[in-house]
Amino acid sequence: MSEPMLALTGVHTHIGQYHILQGVDLTVPRGELTVLLGRNGAGKTTTLRTIMGLWHASRGALLFDGRDITQAATPDISCAGIAYVPENMGIFSDLTVRENLLLAARAGEPDTARLEWIFGFFPALKKFWNQAAGTLSGGQKQMLAIARAIVEPRKLLLVDEPTKGLAPAIIQSLIAAFRELKAMETTILLVEQNFGFVKSLGDTVAVMDDGRIVHSGRMDELAEDRDLQQKLLGLSLDTHQ
Amino acid sequence: MILQRLLSGDFPRSRFLTALLLAVFTGLALAPFLFPGARALNVAATVCVFVVLVASYDLLLGYTGIVSFAHTMFYGIGAYGVGLSLHSVGPTWGAVFMGLTIALMLSLALALVIGLFSLRVKAIFYAMITLAVASAFAVLASQLSDFTGGEDGRTFGVPELLRPGFRLVEAEVFGTAINGKLITYYLVFCSALALFLLLLRVVNSPFGRVLQAIRENDFRAEALGYRTVVYRTLANCLSAVVATLAGALMALWLRYAGPQTTLSFTIMMDILLIVVIGGMGTLYGAVVGAALFILAQNYLQALMKQGSDALAAVPLLANLLHPDRWLLWLGVLFVLSVYFFPTGIVGKLRGKSK
Amino acid sequence: MTTTPPAATADAELPRLRLDTPPLLVLPILALLALPLIGSFPTWVTLTVAGLAMGMMIFIMASGLTLVFGLMDVLNFGHGAFVSVGAFTATLVLLPMQGWMQADSVLMNLTALGLAIALAMLVTGALGWAFERIIVMPVYGQHLKQILITMGGMIVAEQMIHVVWGPDQIPLPLPTSFRGVILVGDAAIEKYRLIAVAVGLVVFAAMFLVLNRTKVGLLIRAGVENGEMVEALGYRIRRLFVVVFVAGSALAGLGGVLWGLYKETLTAAMGADIMVLVFIVIIIGGLGSVGGCFIGALLVALVANYTGFLAPKIALVSNILLMVAILLWRPQGLYPVAKR
Repeated sequence: MSEPMLALTGVHTHIGQYHILQGVDLTVPRGELTVLLGRNGAGKTTTLRTIMGLWHASRGALLFDGRDITQAATPDISCAGIAYVPENMGIFSDLTVRENLLLAARAGEPDTARLEWIFGFFPALKKFWNQAAGTLSGGQKQMLAIARAIVEPRKLLLVDEPTKGLAPAIIQSLIAAFRELKAMETTILLVEQNFGFVKSLGDTVAVMDDGRIVHSGRMDELAEDRDLQQKLLGLSLDTHQ
Repeated sequence: MILQRLLSGDFPRSRFLTALLLAVFTGLALAPFLFPGARALNVAATVCVFVVLVASYDLLLGYTGIVSFAHTMFYGIGAYGVGLSLHSVGPTWGAVFMGLTIALMLSLALALVIGLFSLRVKAIFYAMITLAVASAFAVLASQLSDFTGGEDGRTFGVPELLRPGFRLVEAEVFGTAINGKLITYYLVFCSALALFLLLLRVVNSPFGRVLQAIRENDFRAEALGYRTVVYRTLANCLSAVVATLAGALMALWLRYAGPQTTLSFTIMMDILLIVVIGGMGTLYGAVVGAALFILAQNYLQALMKQGSDALAAVPLLANLLHPDRWLLWLGVLFVLSVYFFPTGIVGKLRGKSK
Repeated sequence: MTTTPPAATADAELPRLRLDTPPLLVLPILALLALPLIGSFPTWVTLTVAGLAMGMMIFIMASGLTLVFGLMDVLNFGHGAFVSVGAFTATLVLLPMQGWMQADSVLMNLTALGLAIALAMLVTGALGWAFERIIVMPVYGQHLKQILITMGGMIVAEQMIHVVWGPDQIPLPLPTSFRGVILVGDAAIEKYRLIAVAVGLVVFAAMFLVLNRTKVGLLIRAGVENGEMVEALGYRIRRLFVVVFVAGSALAGLGGVLWGLYKETLTAAMGADIMVLVFIVIIIGGLGSVGGCFIGALLVALVANYTGFLAPKIALVSNILLMVAILLWRPQGLYPVAKR
């Protein structure tokens, strides 16, 4: 197996006086979609923010594509090739859809062919191209946030709970988008609570609890093992069909 | 133990600091006898008033984490309240109390309104709004010259007991005449001491502890069920009331109330500087800071003048040392102490004794 | 929670970007209300133009400050120093070029003034850069220290003006061709006020273009809303901030020159004095909002001019009353900036 795209070893993160991550070991294999599951407050978002350099690890090491990014600044991490879709989507509501995407394109202007490809699964973005992003619906904002992360090819995509608060039909279009990305062998680390959403998407899976990874393995194995699901996630599949 | 009760259990906690405080206390308590001369007594009285003024500001800045630029406004209200009342009614005790009451009520009302209005939002909002209100007030005081005497201010007579010509006993005690000036001094001194001890009690009460909790983390304090706005506003009002009293004392001492001695921004700067140099959030810092600062202000400026005169041939350097540039050096000192000396003298002394 | 199916939302027309109009209407309503109170149309025109001119100058001084706050949560209490320094620096050009200023030639007047403004903006821009490095940078994120230290910085700067230029006021007469009034019907309008309005409009337009049409401008607007995300997209917000800080300082310098010529005398404290109005303006406008700052500046200046005529005693506190009224209406200012 080739060297993983991202590897966290023994990462601890403190926020103020709170010890959130307590030794996280996580690897994200190249070209695969890794799902990070866990209940609220398990430390999933903190893990993503630590990778992004928005919070710094107090201990442990983060290796991205063979490069140590433990103490790197957020802009450098971004330029090294990681795109981030935060939980609150982080879109600039005052700017138009076009301007939001423009800022994400470091080459200057977004590539037209790639834009058309994105419009293929997020047609709403084309329609509201010159609208202020703040006027979009929740689902459209999520599409914009993801589009912003993929408007140029990046080595790794971090996505934090994209389905949160979205209607099932919109989730379907997100699934389509992630399938497209998978087809292009994009490496993705996806944080989710909605097991139904990620069950069919994920290649590998890690489960977090209390600031640690408590399980990691292949997604298909977890998807078939109801007992393990019950133990790790405390959910029966019916709730999220 | 009496001392414990008096100091509300908040001891200086440093041997050197204790010695320093004792020195200031004895110096002030015996000032008329130790340092004869009108000027020295004036310095001592100013120190007394500033200790109270700065300590009441520290309640805001150090204990509550609020930056206000309106403290001189409350100070001015106190001075003008007593001054204008004495000026228009005549030198009676009735006038003093009437002026004081009106001033206190005005201060309280203003502090309440400003507090309720802006303390809900960020600290930075409060700083800007107090700056605006205070400067409007200063302009108002100098513009309504029929009433306030404008830029010249008002001089006024004080009740007979406090007049320099009044003699309590004919004989001199330790070579000092027991006259109205002396009585005024002790009125100032005792009031200042009482107010300081009162503030010490406040910050060491449960109320004071809540204030500090709010300063450290207002979200958590709010989560614990404390209405932060209410506490902040109360602190603001209390601080304003004490500042008003300090202003009244100053007016009685000077027998004068005017914009330069009460409302000017220079005084606000002085207060800020003393709090920072003395040590924010300690109250004792106000004592040490005020004593050092007022002494320096009165005696260092003379030194600067000598320096400036000596360097008269060097154009820019002479300007730098000109006594009017006193504020320049204060500003530099202020910036440096915020950086390198954020806990002030008291913090440094306590840090060493640990 | 979105409950509508996507098909419906995707096809339904989105509401047009709704322009928040009530604050925009305040200005004309205020001006119209003042007309019957003042009674005389020519007087009203004179007062309105005076108010607009003053408002434009305040806007120029305040715009940088509000952006600096929006971007990095830094409130620079020393901003007023740039105003004073700008005005005093202009004298370095204007006093030696007194002849050009007094010459009865628009071109010579403009050259002298242009040079003075260029120098003033250069110096205040450089000073802003130094101020950011030395005074502001070490205290990022610490509001209390920030307020104290920038205040201290302003005192030092103001005193340094005294050291360099002496303790006295400096007269700064207007260039010949800008003096006098233009008669429009019965209304007398000072030429210089029209110029101030024009310069203010140019600055506003330029700022509007930069903020809406350039990448740096978009980044600034994005950064005001969510600085973290701007960093996550790979841009250094620190660098952006320095740019804004320097530009804001230079604009304050420009405002200082205009203000100094308007007053025709310079005092070291002029910056600190005007800061009070500037603070009121950026509070009224909504901290971080350039548009709000523009409307707020005009509002404050118009109110000051109208009340100055109608009730001079109230004029002293009219700004405070205006601020209270606006904040009662919109507690976060006219155009609150969406934060995160």
